[in-house]
Amino acid sequence: MAKIIVDDIELDVPPEYTLLQACEAAGAEIPRFCFHERLSIAGNCRMCLVEVKGGPPKPTASCAMNVRDLRPGPNGEPPVVLTKSPMVKKAREGVMEFLLINHPLDCPICDQGGECDLQDQAMAYGVDTSRYAENKRAVEDKYIGPLIKTSMTRCIQCTRCVRFTTEVAGVAELGAIGRGEDMEITTYLEAALSSELQGNVADLCPVGALTQRPYAFHARPWELVKTESVDVMDAVGSNIRVDTRGREVMRVLPRLNEDVNEEWISDKTRYIWDGLKTQRLDRAYVRVGGKLKPASWPEAFAAIAEKVKGVPGNRIGGLVGDLASVEETFALKSLLTALGSANIDCRQDGTKLDPSLGRASYLFNAGIAGIEQADALLIIGSDPRREASVLNSRIRKRWLQGNFPIGLIGEHVDLTYPYDYLGAGSDTLVDLVGSGTFAETLKNAQHPLILIGQGALSRPDGAAVLALAARLAVAVGAVKDGWNGFSVLHTAASRVGALDLGAVPGEGDLDAVAMTNPGGVDVLFALGADEIDIAPGAFVVYIGTHGDRGAHRADVILPGAAYTEKSGTYVNTEGRAQLANRAAFPPGEAREDWAVLRALSDVIGKRLPFDSLSELRAALYKGHPHLARIEHVVPADPAAVLALANAGGTPASAPFKAAVTEFYLTNPIARASAVMAECSALAHSRLAAAAE
Amino acid sequence: MSVRRLAPKEVQPESFAFTAENLVWAEKTIAKYPAGRQASAVIPLLMRAQEQAGGWVSEPAMRYVGDMLGMAPIRVYEIATFYTQFQLQPVGRKAHIQVCGTTPCMLKGAGDLMKVCKRRINAEPFHLSENGDFSWEEVECAGTCTNAPMIQVWKDVYEDLTSEDLDKILDAFERGEKPTSGPQNGRITSAPVTGLRVLTSPELYDGSMVGQGAGLALAREAIAARANGETAPPAPPPAAAAAAPPAPPKSDPAPAAPPPAKAVEAAGSADSEKPAKPVAPPPGEKASD
Repeated sequence: MAKIIVDDIELDVPPEYTLLQACEAAGAEIPRFCFHERLSIAGNCRMCLVEVKGGPPKPTASCAMNVRDLRPGPNGEPPVVLTKSPMVKKAREGVMEFLLINHPLDCPICDQGGECDLQDQAMAYGVDTSRYAENKRAVEDKYIGPLIKTSMTRCIQCTRCVRFTTEVAGVAELGAIGRGEDMEITTYLEAALSSELQGNVADLCPVGALTQRPYAFHARPWELVKTESVDVMDAVGSNIRVDTRGREVMRVLPRLNEDVNEEWISDKTRYIWDGLKTQRLDRAYVRVGGKLKPASWPEAFAAIAEKVKGVPGNRIGGLVGDLASVEETFALKSLLTALGSANIDCRQDGTKLDPSLGRASYLFNAGIAGIEQADALLIIGSDPRREASVLNSRIRKRWLQGNFPIGLIGEHVDLTYPYDYLGAGSDTLVDLVGSGTFAETLKNAQHPLILIGQGALSRPDGAAVLALAARLAVAVGAVKDGWNGFSVLHTAASRVGALDLGAVPGEGDLDAVAMTNPGGVDVLFALGADEIDIAPGAFVVYIGTHGDRGAHRADVILPGAAYTEKSGTYVNTEGRAQLANRAAFPPGEAREDWAVLRALSDVIGKRLPFDSLSELRAALYKGHPHLARIEHVVPADPAAVLALANAGGTPASAPFKAAVTEFYLTNPIARASAVMAECSALAHSRLAAAAE
Repeated sequence: MSVRRLAPKEVQPESFAFTAENLVWAEKTIAKYPAGRQASAVIPLLMRAQEQAGGWVSEPAMRYVGDMLGMAPIRVYEIATFYTQFQLQPVGRKAHIQVCGTTPCMLKGAGDLMKVCKRRINAEPFHLSENGDFSWEEVECAGTCTNAPMIQVWKDVYEDLTSEDLDKILDAFERGEKPTSGPQNGRITSAPVTGLRVLTSPELYDGSMVGQGAGLALAREAIAARANGETAPPAPPPAAAAAAPPAPPKSDPAPAAPPPAKAVEAAGSADSEKPAKPVAPPPGEKASD
């Protein structure tokens, strides 16, 4: 620890701290534009100047100087940093004046207005006039993709966006061309960015140079109501803030959570909101004579009650979709139990995870933040870049720190970091369990991480692959005291919560495939199940939000609420229960899904024992106390992995296929979004160009 | 300074590749840098690509160099646009005239040279002449301030220029010749236009003074005195030291080389006669300005 005096406050800080960090530790506020905690230090905006006693007689950029670089006084006194001296004040005013020389005064038409760092800091640290009477520099706007709108005249060349795309997103596509006053930010030949995390550059931009194109001119930050929530586009459970105006969701922004998403979110999370407004199911429908006809709630319920009457329990089934919250899954499971059915499945993709094997067999046991502790990684049948973009950036962050060998079995994809390509399928995994250089690497590691993707598990021999992966994890010492590196990466937000509830068929009951096969069941309740084809024959009750695949097949449609329109618990891939809050109301006659199921149960004559969400939750928490621990991960017992390792089974030798092939179109909301469609088309054209 | 952009698509070549000879050179250059730091070779490689392609860096050339060094194309693009020594637009086929416009050259008449360029090539810098043979630009100091004003064409500099000299140089390039580089007023490198003024004695260069210096005699005496047991050798009398011409250091073979007799002669006379004029090179001399 090094001693330092900041504005008469003496404190101990680690010597590798920058002056800026030391000043913040002392409670002093340092303005900055280019500095960002998660990016490399550039030191080019000069806004963070402070006065250093004993240093050179000029202000020092506090972001770019370490505490250990300061000299003590002549008698060994700690170095002194001043953040409120006249010199600092004058320096900040001077820097601000320079920054504003070329910055346009177009705040009234700028989307950043009201949440602009430059605006705020000009108010706090600037002067009220400019001595600059000459013309301002103008810069041509650049096209960098359908998601980010550029107004390059506003750019103050902090290069945060360049550093983000290069370091965090891992695509070296943005750059600063030219020099001096003529420096400009652009992509090579103005090609669209290819990153799944590019939306974050709009958040990082301290001015209005990079703003969100879909949100352009839609709203002002002060007229938006902010609701803290959780994302459901993937199983990471990124923390988000949903901004609404009236009933409309205007945008989605990330929320800081060091353990989950740091402060990044993927583009799908961020730009999905236009899909919440289109293709919505806003009233009930009943299929009459082969055509779906609008119906009232009582009519729809009556149609269902009539159909359910007399059907034996084992001919009724339920499917839980990928976006369902724990509460409605619980309600559906309760309803099916009341109807005497155990045919429920949350695994539309046919993955072979089974809660009866223990919770550790299907969680990302190492934890997302645990990736940073790992010192070797094996990826089995997964493409984390598409399946969990934010988690992939965490892997990349760990890789950047060095000494992080990564091996991959599965499809050969660009993950933004290099890896040893070990093989395509289960044969490689079988070999690896026995020996191999990468097995040695894993063995020598202190904290080896085995990441198993859904691509390896959603196949008929998935259980054998899972057991084999567990055997490998145990063999290389990935499961031990204080470390469980056996980690399953999910792709569906609802999956872990539903597995926690045991929403899978028991022995002899029908699973998702059996239920949807011809002659599977007579009545099928599909709770937002859009990723599976249901064979003709069954009477399908679809409870969901969008007129997507599931609704097209349905015989009765009950309109539900999307994730921004209800309060619901979601458990992410590491087993962290998080609460999504209601930011808006469902459209038209749509209601929250649990309430729909509760009302339906009454009509069927199997009234569910809860009349409010809090009663439902009380019942839920009674059976599953870990779900009440919101924002916490209740660690799973690693004994399950050890037991799994002893399970036999030899997988067939087939290559692992990626679980997510269309990153931008994985769920009904995304498929209803025009922005996602544009991104998808762009991704396809890029693939086609690469194939040529 | 102005915004520098890539040349429009119509003038960009289809592709770029190093010649076999340049490829060998490039591999050698890349090998100079430690493993993992190959990107450091980007500037020399871009420069060689520019030379090979007739004086400008095309977009395919940037991609080619980037591929060669494992760099993203945007990183090469950043470098090519940062350094104004890389031309992003096609330049004159026969010559690209870089006129130095920094203070010494400006004072010595760089403005006149630029007028010539504007008249003969194009009113605007970086634009081709009508037949595409020439282009020009104003550059910052190219390092021959002694011989201001100057221009640079490819790797050669032409110094001590007047408008007429520049006209002649342009004529020569027009004819496809390569004019003699260096000072155009007859002086040798950056020697004074008025001729040599110091180290002009002929005996300095004919070997006659080797081992004969007065300083050497003093040193011998001092060594002899120390050998005789005297602790503090007397300091040489200042008058004698001042009078003695410094002996050339033994290790330096330069004085043994025969001097150019003419220069010595001229310089000798210049030394004797203070008014420096008579040996000044005659035509176009502007020293009186």
